[in-house]
Amino acid sequence: MRLEVEITGKTFRSAAGRTHEVLAPLKFALQSGEVGVLIGPSGCGKSTMLRIILGLDADFRGHVARPPQARIGMVFQEPRLLPWRSVEQNVRLAAPDVTDAKLSELFRILELEAHRSHFPGELSLGLARRVSLARAFAVEPDLLVLDEPLASLDDALAGRLRDEIAALVASRPVMTLLVTHSLDDAVRLGDRLFFLSPRPAHIVQEVPIAIPRAMRSEAALTGIRAELAALQLESK
Amino acid sequence: MLRLLSFALFLLIWWIAALFVGGAKLPSPPAVLEVMIAEASSGALFLHLGATLARVILAFVLAMSLGSAIGYLMGRVRLADKLGDPWLILLLNLPALVVIVLAYIWAGLTEAAAIAAIAINKLPTAVVTLREGTRALDRSLDEMASVFAMPRWRAFRHVVLPQLAPYIAASARSGLSLVWKIVLVAELLGRPNGVGFEIGVAFQLFDTPRLLAYSLTFAAVVFVIETLLVQPFEARATRWRPRAA
Repeated sequence: MRLEVEITGKTFRSAAGRTHEVLAPLKFALQSGEVGVLIGPSGCGKSTMLRIILGLDADFRGHVARPPQARIGMVFQEPRLLPWRSVEQNVRLAAPDVTDAKLSELFRILELEAHRSHFPGELSLGLARRVSLARAFAVEPDLLVLDEPLASLDDALAGRLRDEIAALVASRPVMTLLVTHSLDDAVRLGDRLFFLSPRPAHIVQEVPIAIPRAMRSEAALTGIRAELAALQLESK
Repeated sequence: MLRLLSFALFLLIWWIAALFVGGAKLPSPPAVLEVMIAEASSGALFLHLGATLARVILAFVLAMSLGSAIGYLMGRVRLADKLGDPWLILLLNLPALVVIVLAYIWAGLTEAAAIAAIAINKLPTAVVTLREGTRALDRSLDEMASVFAMPRWRAFRHVVLPQLAPYIAASARSGLSLVWKIVLVAELLGRPNGVGFEIGVAFQLFDTPRLLAYSLTFAAVVFVIETLLVQPFEARATRWRPRAA
């Protein structure tokens, strides 16, 4: 499977009636098993781009080729859980085919076992985010889209979840698109990093990371970071 | 307990008022109870109560289901809203009496005419309430359902319907009281039975105890429906909300 995104432009009409260019022409593709990371300043149009890729916004110029049968797992920036359904029901409604064993496994990894029957209103934001992650993983997606999934989690948990995302990506041929502000998440998870410009967004630089995810030692990561820092100095 | 106390207070005020005004205009609670028992033992009370209740239920169900569907459509589809809005304003402002009289003139003094007229009176308020509810639906949850490819029916049942539940409950509540008030008018004007018919008779005879006996018994029935059906539905639909202190 392959995701091809070629957007030639996206304008947005504000309530005041003015039109804004949100996205400049940009183009990239993603293979199964690859993690693409979108990094860019706040408000540069990342979320707009995700909505276009997910098929939620058809009002743009260009073309997105997404395998029609691809199952999508999405972690929105806000958890977007159904407040009137329990944690378990929230996951099951999105992923009706999930087995009990798989669900228990997910809840154990994400430390949600105690909260299965709780309603989202009874959870902290960090917990709700984890439920949102569980929901995205439970569908066994072909395309996993993560919109700042690790924000507002403590470092230890964020680290564990990062490992979980890596394990999931390794276990199945899944195309992953990660939006993040954290360069650390980007270099630990990404295969290809796309650096975006401020609005209207276009790709300033595409940086592949050659070292396989599993082999990235701390030393290797430091190396990658140094490379990135050098690149970014160049581009300025 | 407090509800019971409040009810007792109502009876007490009534009784005291009856003592001042006199039995002909305002009979005391025991006098009304006496009529209730007499009417009940002859069977007339249940006959009329049953007839009215059947009309209330039919008209209520008709108006609620049709009104909810139209309201949902108008909340979702801009074109439907634009087209339907003038009709809605017309219906909202059409006096109940006009609708009932017209229905009787056009369709004769029939059961169908009565029920249709009552339903038409309740319909627009159900439409308005459900349209507001639909407009307030959370778009971000719709997007979630769409991204996770939830089938339409599942999304409607688990994403949309719970958001509409408070609006449906509010509409049902006001609807029940509205419908039973209008049913009485329709019965008074053109039906040979029901609480409204009996009240017409009582009016001609200036028989206040009879009037109160019938209307209060039916009010009690509505109270029971509200307590046993509407409130449990509401409690269940909102159980996920953190409780107010």
